[in-house]
Amino acid sequence: MTSVSIQNLDLNFGSVNVLKQLNLSIEEGEFLVLLGASGCGKSTLLNCIAGLLDVSDGQIFINGKNVTWAEPSDRGIGMVFQSYALYPQMTVKGNLSFGLKNARLPKPEIEERVARAAEILQIEPLLDRKPGALSGGQRQRVAIGRALVRDVDVFLFDEPLSNLDAKLRAELRVEIKRLHQKLGNTMIYVTHDQVEAMTLADRIAIMRDGLVQQLAGPDEIYNRPANKYVADFIGSPAMNFFEGQAKKDGTINIGNLDVDLKGYEFADGPVNGPVWFGYRPEHVVLGEAARQLPLCVEAVADIVEPMGSDTLIWTKIEGVDFRIRTDGQAKVAAGDPLLVGMDPRYASIFDQQTEERV
Amino acid sequence: MANNSINIAATAVSGPSGPKPRPLLSPRNIMIYSTLFIVCMYYALPLYVMIVTSLKGMPEIRLGNIFAPPVEITFQPWVKAWAEACTGLDCSGLSKGFWNSVKILIPSAALSILIASINGYALANWKFKGSEVFFTILIFGAFVPYQVIIYPIVIILRELGLFGKLPGLVLVHVIFGMPILTLLFRNYFTSLPEELFKAARVDGAGFWGIYFRIMVPMSLPIFVVALILQVTGIWNDFLFGVIYTKPENYPMTVQLNNIVNSVQGVKEYNVNMAATMLTGIVPLIIYFASGKLFVRGIAAGAVKG
Amino acid sequence: MAGAKKPVRILRNLNAKVAALPMITTALVIFVGCTIWTIVHSFTNSRLLPKLEFVGFDQYERLWSTRRWLVSIENLAYFGIGSLVFSLVIGFLLAALLDQKIRFENTVRTIILYPFALSFIVTGLVWQWILNPEFGIQHIVRGFGFENFVFDPLYNPDIVIFGVLIAGLWQGTGFIMVIMLSGLRGIDGEIWKASRIDGIPKWKTYLFVVIPMMRPTFVTALVLISAGIIKVYDLVVAQTNGGPGIASEVPAKYVYDSMFRSQNLGQGFAASTMMLLSVLVVLIPWAYLEFGGRKDGK
Repeated sequence: MTSVSIQNLDLNFGSVNVLKQLNLSIEEGEFLVLLGASGCGKSTLLNCIAGLLDVSDGQIFINGKNVTWAEPSDRGIGMVFQSYALYPQMTVKGNLSFGLKNARLPKPEIEERVARAAEILQIEPLLDRKPGALSGGQRQRVAIGRALVRDVDVFLFDEPLSNLDAKLRAELRVEIKRLHQKLGNTMIYVTHDQVEAMTLADRIAIMRDGLVQQLAGPDEIYNRPANKYVADFIGSPAMNFFEGQAKKDGTINIGNLDVDLKGYEFADGPVNGPVWFGYRPEHVVLGEAARQLPLCVEAVADIVEPMGSDTLIWTKIEGVDFRIRTDGQAKVAAGDPLLVGMDPRYASIFDQQTEERV
Repeated sequence: MANNSINIAATAVSGPSGPKPRPLLSPRNIMIYSTLFIVCMYYALPLYVMIVTSLKGMPEIRLGNIFAPPVEITFQPWVKAWAEACTGLDCSGLSKGFWNSVKILIPSAALSILIASINGYALANWKFKGSEVFFTILIFGAFVPYQVIIYPIVIILRELGLFGKLPGLVLVHVIFGMPILTLLFRNYFTSLPEELFKAARVDGAGFWGIYFRIMVPMSLPIFVVALILQVTGIWNDFLFGVIYTKPENYPMTVQLNNIVNSVQGVKEYNVNMAATMLTGIVPLIIYFASGKLFVRGIAAGAVKG
Repeated sequence: MAGAKKPVRILRNLNAKVAALPMITTALVIFVGCTIWTIVHSFTNSRLLPKLEFVGFDQYERLWSTRRWLVSIENLAYFGIGSLVFSLVIGFLLAALLDQKIRFENTVRTIILYPFALSFIVTGLVWQWILNPEFGIQHIVRGFGFENFVFDPLYNPDIVIFGVLIAGLWQGTGFIMVIMLSGLRGIDGEIWKASRIDGIPKWKTYLFVVIPMMRPTFVTALVLISAGIIKVYDLVVAQTNGGPGIASEVPAKYVYDSMFRSQNLGQGFAASTMMLLSVLVVLIPWAYLEFGGRKDGK
């Protein structure tokens, strides 16, 4: 069953269209991540779903109910904010129960829900403290708890981990995933962090300029990006791109190289014309094994960045800056000759005109 | 290697080492502190003169100089200023003006802060079409000379039956306090994280719920700032008091001016200064007690919206 | 279904609109309505009571041929220029002094600022006393042996306005100092580090780097001082009551006296409209620079 459905949503701030004819439907129990650079409209979309922003056009359904004009509190949603947004003068318990008191729930029920949420999030010892006396991680737990007690079907997360340091972020990320597995609620999660997106999501919606660029599972997004923007956005370091000339016979010409694209899955068979040939740094094969691959060139390492678990190598191929990510134990130094191999099976090819995957 | 570091250590002993000496009595310091001392003397002098004059008897004032400390301290001038000084035929002292000022101050300050804080909250969090336009008019209104508006307000108050009465003056203070206070609260509420407001809406709180349950408890400091601003401002007002009240309701400043600048009778400078001190003492206590908050209040007027 | 109710435009955000009613009423009725009312009535021959018998610019012609008004304008000019120059200069110098990481900064600031908490009436009366030639400064200096020393600004029509200026500056410079100090503190500390490394003397850094960076602060101070100058009334009433003769009259007092003493409302309205005009002369270029310029920047 569809949990949240957005139909032809428009949002204008003055003359600026922030969201353009946006359609999105989210299954019950699904974890959807809205991913994009800042200013792409992802937080705006979340605020529209929450009812914190009025839409200019279109409709929003939650659990089959048209909530386009409903108050935030009547939509059956809970929301977790980046800055936690805890009420500073209330205790943790007060924060958790504020919404329930506004909804005039009977006292025993409030007690019970707060106790349950506190137990799930393991914040029972903190209930009588004020937010000021909590650490960042604890505050975020309380913020999640505030959404939890509302006993709603849809959770909205607005960059909930951005204010935390890297270690805590990783911890809470796992916790949110565990929470989702346990509760089975629909969750819509906004972030600009692709690691969070890849690890948490059932599906990722990559947004740009108020439009969804691709809506698919993490695996699909990573391996088969729908266009050059998505390909460039996902992956670190970013995908390498060559300008090339594709031919109907399933080969491609890149500078002085002619490559047979054997193994590449074309969307509609081989194409003819100028294309971008994209290749992820981590799929590069180095050394003698490279000779087995359809695309194999010699290069010289410019800069080597050892990172412990991996090594990044910067080089130039056909006049283009080229990044390689390889084993952390690879002993490469600047100036060393390299044998670089690429397998078309892992490549992504985009039309130069439309920038769509071919 | 080891040899080298020993050499460096050896040369360091003879050269500059440890904290750089900073003599307390450098020419620069002497200049700064002596200038500041003179400046402070200058600013403090009038307060000092007020106090010593008010503690002297008239004969001593006629003989000595105004800066000399009193030879014989007397509190008679204070008693007289409070209870016996005359304005025209009425010789009941400043006490009446004091209580009038209190009666004006309390409702004016409370009402103006309540209204302005709600205005500021609506402007910061619940913008509606035209709200910014009204706010801009209000802020520009703060620059309109009072003289342009005072007479029409006389007419309005007369129509409302409030002219010459305390509620009328309270209304005037609420009106003229509104621009600066609304600006103060609007800027403060705008500076609060917007997500807090959003969270409260998701929690089902409405306009008044968010104001009373979330915003007010979070904003006590700014309420104190507004209170300081209003208490000193209203207490020190002269123009509105003299225009919109009748003599029996005159605030303390108006009465003070009438006592000191009355032409009849022999000038009693010690009583005058005691009366002046009495009038100045309320804002001074607030000023010295509030410290940084007072500065914050007056600086708020300098912050542009 | 609760969510499907169509919101009515006017009723949306109704609470906020109701809550803003006092502000809307004040803005429209008082600040716009009353101002227009006064301007309109300045073209009438209202005397004891306002009436709509239009007489064109008669009131203005009378106003500008009244000696007392001309004296008031002249005084306002002296007082205004003196206040602006001295407040800005003294305020900035004091702020710069306080910004030298001195000890007792809070004490010094407290002492310099306290006059600002006082009523103009109190300030006027104290300075009336200090400047009293029989007992005050003149008396004391003569006591030191300078028998011919003369310092009686409040009794000398030629310089009485400067006597008022002294009191006004005493009360107001602390405020300007506080504004300047917050401006100075708002300047990036790395500017000072950079100028130390470059070996630029402190006074040069102030003059060529810091002051230009403080332009917004100076503009703010300028606007605040100007707004204060035009309103000056209480101080004069308390200190000199316009005397000796009419030597220290100011426009605000002219307005008050016309309206409430000499039953000459038309003159009062015309004079107050002139005051409004002079405020606009300051305010409009400022608003244009501040807000008009900002729009282009965005």
